Amino acid sequence: MKITENDIESLKGISKEIRKSIIEEVYSAQSGHPGGALSATEILTVLYFNQMNIDPERPDDENRDRFVLSKGHASAGLYATLAERGFFDKSELKNFRKLGSMLQGHPDMKHIPGVDMTTGSLGQGLSAANGMAMASKIDKRGFRVYCLVGDGEIEEGQIWEAAMTSSHYKLDNLCLIIDNNNLQIDGKVTEVMSIYPLKEKLQSFGFEVFEVDGNNIDELITVFQKAKTIKEKPTAVIAKTIKGKGVDFMENQVSWHGKAPKEEEYKLAMEELNK
Amino acid sequence: MKDEKKATRQSYGEALREVGMKNKDIVVLDADLAGATKSDIFKKEFPDRFFDMGISEQDMITTAAGMASCGKIPFASTFAVFAAGRAYDQIRNSICYPNLNVKICGSHAGVTVGEDGATHQMLEDINLMKGLPNMKVFSPSDDVQTKWIVEEMLNIQGPCYIRTARLASNIIYDDGEKFDGKKSVQFGEGTDATVFATGICVSEALKAQVELEKAGINIRVIDMFSLKPIDEEVIVKAAKETKKLISVEDHNIIGGLGSIIADVLVQKYPAKLLKMGIHDRFGESGKAIELLGKFQIDCNAIVNKVKEE
Repeated sequence: MKITENDIESLKGISKEIRKSIIEEVYSAQSGHPGGALSATEILTVLYFNQMNIDPERPDDENRDRFVLSKGHASAGLYATLAERGFFDKSELKNFRKLGSMLQGHPDMKHIPGVDMTTGSLGQGLSAANGMAMASKIDKRGFRVYCLVGDGEIEEGQIWEAAMTSSHYKLDNLCLIIDNNNLQIDGKVTEVMSIYPLKEKLQSFGFEVFEVDGNNIDELITVFQKAKTIKEKPTAVIAKTIKGKGVDFMENQVSWHGKAPKEEEYKLAMEELNK
Repeated sequence: MKDEKKATRQSYGEALREVGMKNKDIVVLDADLAGATKSDIFKKEFPDRFFDMGISEQDMITTAAGMASCGKIPFASTFAVFAAGRAYDQIRNSICYPNLNVKICGSHAGVTVGEDGATHQMLEDINLMKGLPNMKVFSPSDDVQTKWIVEEMLNIQGPCYIRTARLASNIIYDDGEKFDGKKSVQFGEGTDATVFATGICVSEALKAQVELEKAGINIRVIDMFSLKPIDEEVIVKAAKETKKLISVEDHNIIGGLGSIIADVLVQKYPAKLLKMGIHDRFGESGKAIELLGKFQIDCNAIVNKVKEE
């Protein structure tokens, strides 16, 4: 499929809308994780508006592509994307993290249309995605599975158990994406617990590895297209991103990992995103 | 009770093969212990639906969750200590919270693992698993019941935990006997005492019942094979009708069968309960039979407990 300049511009517009929704959600809840949701916005945009075979009218379609947000704390980003794509009404976003809302703090597959896996306890999403990819192969359904992990998250040992499984079972319908913003709660990934060298690690575990500017829609599309052509092995996309991307005062600031903006900050952020 | 003996882990493996023939959605996962949990019996018959996940229980459990989310019915088996213990968070967050249809088998439960010792003798799994919302917990006493439970778990849409043993124990029930998954099985109507037992301790309690009868003491033995849900009715009835209440299990007395029964009693019909089991300590190496004696959960210990003033 040929991607035109118009398509890219349209996707950029969508990611801007998603960013605005993320800020609205976190501001409304006065709780949540804006930094890692903003870093992953282009990834979510490209998957849900360009790459994945999904239909908001049929969120339970057995043959749909699956997405596992292993870094479940970026829920504000996933919910904003699902609402933007039409899985549920955007007005629901204002209830994010509130009592009685379906939009739980971390993704809940039982109550939110479009959420394919319940996540939140870090390190488990790749295993779940493997299970889905294996089910796709057992039943010869041919759907693909995408799994987004945080770079700090891959300090969890289970990720590497799962990486062995992806490779051992030759899950070429699985694409692992690492949101490589290099920040985790206690500081820089390189200072807290280094995950590097990352490309070599993933390669040695049997992945076909791509590196990409994870905030660049054009590059993301190209790389996901390439990943679809790889056979007999899983693919991994190291997406170099900026935590807090799109909101100037949040960019590369670890303090915005899990903090909600106050009124002045909210206005400032929305002003920038509305430009 | 029959003289013939079989380990419930063996029955589990045989049952997997049976249900595997009837239901093509069943897949089986193991963590490098297929020969021990007996899931290899399924593997031989259906190699395409068997997945060895290697020595990685956390990955196995969450992979099973992913498969279940796509309509498969995974049975994930490994030693109870690694299933319920090591992969607890995975069972909690990836299976029970989203209420996914995964069946977990914890084999080699209790001190009757024997020579492998404390690291491999799971005495806390009932406690861990019963505390999880959506989880059903089964602890079969013999071959026939294990097979019935494996079938029954397919009628339940949601997570189940089945606890099996390494040690061969007497077959209690007649072939093909049916049970009620929300109930228990009562042996005898004796009123001198009630012995609530589960798993491998049921056959020990039945032996004790025979011994005690010789001494003119009539007890009833209740096979509590379903620990969650628990048969509240039979507990209250026993409390009303019998002079003494005893629970016996190859599990820590904290959080196991005894605690579950005590919970019912304290709310429905307060009565004294004597808890037999492992008294808040770890196990140790030895022969399974020796350990049943050492930890006072065998026939003799039950006889003595009933006779105690």
